[in-house]
Amino acid sequence: MNRGIRKVGGTVVVLLLVLIGQLTYLQIIDAANLDGDPRNLRSVLRDFNRPRGEIVTADGEVLARSVRSDDGTEFEYQREYPARGLTVQVVGYQSFVVGNVGIERTYNRQLSGRAPELRTLGDVLRAKETTGTVVLEMRAAVQRAAAEALGEQRGSVVVLDVRTGGIVAMYSNPTYDPQPLAGHDTQAVADVFAALSADPAKPDLPRAYREIYPPGSTFKVVTSAVAFDAGTATPTTVFPPLDALPLPLTDNVLRNFGGATCGGTVFEAFVVSCNTVFARMGLDLGTRFPPGLERFGVEGPPPPLDVFPGAARNTGLEGADYRTDTPKYAFAGIGQGTVATSPLEMALVAAAVATGGTVLEPRAAREIRAADGAVVEAFAPRPWKTAMTPATAQALNAMMRAVVERGTGTRAQIAGVAVAGKTGTAQNSTGSPHAWFIGFAPADAPRYAVAVIVENGGSSGSEATGGAVAAPVAARVLEAALTP
Amino acid sequence: MVAAPSPVVSDAPVDTPAPTPARSRAPRRRPTTRRRRTELLLGVFALVTTTFGYALVQLADAPDLPPDLWAILAGVIGLFVVAHLAVRWLAPDADPTLLPLAAFLTGFGFLVVARLDEDLARVQAVWAAVGVVAFVATLAVVRRIRTLERYRYTFLLLGVLALVLPLVPGLGAEINGARLWVRLGPLNFQPGEAAKVLLVVFFAAYLVDKREMLSTGTRWVGRVALPDPKYLGPLLLAWGASLLIMVRQKDLGSSLLFFAVFAAMLYIATDRGSYLLIGFGLFAGGAVIAYQLFDHVQTRVSTWIDPWPVAQDEGFQLVQSMFAFGSGGFAGAGLGLGNPTTIPNVATDFVFSAVGEELGLVGGVAVVAVVLLLCGSGYRIAVQAERPFPKLFAAGLTTIIGIQTFVIIGGVTRVIPLTGVTLPFVSYGGSSLVANFVILALLLRISDDNARARAPGRSGAAAAPASAAVSPPPTAAPPARRR
Repeated sequence: MNRGIRKVGGTVVVLLLVLIGQLTYLQIIDAANLDGDPRNLRSVLRDFNRPRGEIVTADGEVLARSVRSDDGTEFEYQREYPARGLTVQVVGYQSFVVGNVGIERTYNRQLSGRAPELRTLGDVLRAKETTGTVVLEMRAAVQRAAAEALGEQRGSVVVLDVRTGGIVAMYSNPTYDPQPLAGHDTQAVADVFAALSADPAKPDLPRAYREIYPPGSTFKVVTSAVAFDAGTATPTTVFPPLDALPLPLTDNVLRNFGGATCGGTVFEAFVVSCNTVFARMGLDLGTRFPPGLERFGVEGPPPPLDVFPGAARNTGLEGADYRTDTPKYAFAGIGQGTVATSPLEMALVAAAVATGGTVLEPRAAREIRAADGAVVEAFAPRPWKTAMTPATAQALNAMMRAVVERGTGTRAQIAGVAVAGKTGTAQNSTGSPHAWFIGFAPADAPRYAVAVIVENGGSSGSEATGGAVAAPVAARVLEAALTP
Repeated sequence: MVAAPSPVVSDAPVDTPAPTPARSRAPRRRPTTRRRRTELLLGVFALVTTTFGYALVQLADAPDLPPDLWAILAGVIGLFVVAHLAVRWLAPDADPTLLPLAAFLTGFGFLVVARLDEDLARVQAVWAAVGVVAFVATLAVVRRIRTLERYRYTFLLLGVLALVLPLVPGLGAEINGARLWVRLGPLNFQPGEAAKVLLVVFFAAYLVDKREMLSTGTRWVGRVALPDPKYLGPLLLAWGASLLIMVRQKDLGSSLLFFAVFAAMLYIATDRGSYLLIGFGLFAGGAVIAYQLFDHVQTRVSTWIDPWPVAQDEGFQLVQSMFAFGSGGFAGAGLGLGNPTTIPNVATDFVFSAVGEELGLVGGVAVVAVVLLLCGSGYRIAVQAERPFPKLFAAGLTTIIGIQTFVIIGGVTRVIPLTGVTLPFVSYGGSSLVANFVILALLLRISDDNARARAPGRSGAAAAPASAAVSPPPTAAPPARRR
């Protein structure tokens, strides 16, 4: 019988070892999945019952913090957002009712102290509470300047540090107050959220990276870069003066702004923003146009952005066959038609010229600090795309400087600093044209790139142009960014 | 005598005058006291661990140590000391590891239940006391394990009675969809827990008796040896009984446990793999039939295969349990710091999920390891037993603990379909706790018998010559080496 006992005993041992194997699977291998499952309330409850790290700007302003709660609910901490609507589109909010968004979501692990780099083995064994502070690339002064410059007008401002990809400012109007969403009263939070979602002005939409618009003439930067690199045009290529360009396969024509007649070199056409020339360049590029768009991130995956839920996908010439949809290539040349981009994307376009062709990943967070202030995780600049050759970037730099010096963008000038830029006045289906400006400064040693959109021309309405409405906003914001 | 060359005889200080001749008693003293001293030491470990755990549970809620800590501590120590003294007195040569291991699991179970529900913990504490009383009573009443062998049919009758008791109208009660309970005034208990032990006594005695018959008369079908059909009777009987449990009481877990233990005992008794083959074939057949006939079986299986689509409905418990394990991770949330109460029935069927969440992989593996050690000791006792009945009986009892642990932990971790049985010693549940303490006492009794048989002198007059014949050198060496 001993043989049988040993075999049965061995079987029982194997069965119990199988349990240990399954435990290891559940608690180590699949643990992150199970813990992070939205149906698992544990991590949410845990996060609301423990201190949470702060979110601070690069210049030291606290944008989110946790304080002890004494509101009589089961939650021990209350999240506070002192800057309210000013920074909510980046910071986001922490809500156990509707879930976290923004930095609060992307860096939840670090803020709640669950990131492994924040916890030493000793901390784990002592169950010591650790939290991480997220330091943003954002500068509160620049963010404020963006909000003030836009004023009551609907639109967005994005400012990038061209050397790091850091988001120095990213603001859109209208905005909303995150504080009620971080409340502890489930019903009250749900009501506020429902009201926000139902608001036709869409204040809860972070337009700067979640909305796409026709970029209009600012897109001529992209068209030029693709054409120069493809060899279909150079800055000195001459196009005949036209008041309207006949569109292939149709009886329609594409007219210049205000019915003007223009032409000449690409350089001059860029400075005065001549539509017929760039529409022609779009047609000349033909099938070489879409791959060029992909090098800018206009086609393909959206820019990687560490602000949940990430940047919206831009649209270029997807699905537009050159042989059958030829006119779309002309419209794409001037940033109309099927092309639609987020303000963030257009800031990346400006930054690409500034850096000599490289597009860096846009990034809101600079580093994670432990409670004692030590940097535990620093985010290095990461190249995302190579949009153009350095020579092309250099040529565009000169063209964009001329725009601000003597072209459509003179109102973007800053005293003592050379600014490079491009204006845009984009036809759209929602009313008056959108006023755009993209650019960077200083033009000879670029530090900051900017993209501004004022939806439907803002307070100037149908009279608005990018040069008149968006360029002054850009000037004010760039000036703030350049002020140390 | 002190400087005598023989090591076996020399190191035996006689500290109590004995009525029996000193020479035969003397060598036996030392291993006995050493075994009990080991038991005490291990017990202290178990008690310290569980007391610290209990303090931690309370500290998670309040800044101060609980006022009842000392009362609890005194109670826990008291229970262990009573059990320990009972072993010293009634089974002095028994294995030293079983009681501390069970004490650890019981104390651990208490603190986890206390963390989940203070009221249940108070009831559990009372049941633990009842369990210790049952433990002592078992040791006191069953002085020789062979006695049980004689009353095999009485045990069969009692076991079957216990199984059908919950089906008696007016007496039985259905809780959580399973008809396992008997309600007597304020008390609910599961007679199935008692039936488990009673039937294993019968199986062991019956199988030992019919062993010869069952293992002969083999027919060969190809390469597989089949027993004579007329000897398949007991197997079919057990199969029928387990199906009855499954069907009438909707208790899949007990049914599986019951059948697995019986099949294992049949295999041990006959050493015939064909019984296992046939047994599991029968069980699989029964399971398939049950699957097709009963909704609750289908639900259990489908939620096991994929609980995610029904995560808010039938699969809620299982999914919440898996979340608990996932959130617990390696080190766990810490006692009192997780949210295990999101799992329905967490104190009974899902107590292990609470362990996994709050103590992590470390705590979960610790519990499984303790059960492993417990089973190891149990099977060692079975192997060391010289007579067939205690051998088979010890193996059967140990298999109950091992398989039951597998069935419930496997259920809550989605290794096998979930069936509700308790985690031995740990889960909240009085009947189960008492039954497990009785199993423990019986194993200790067999272990003590083994030691006596190997070292004559203290054993009864009738047993002495027989065991002396089996183990020629009558020395204390084997038990000492076994440690």
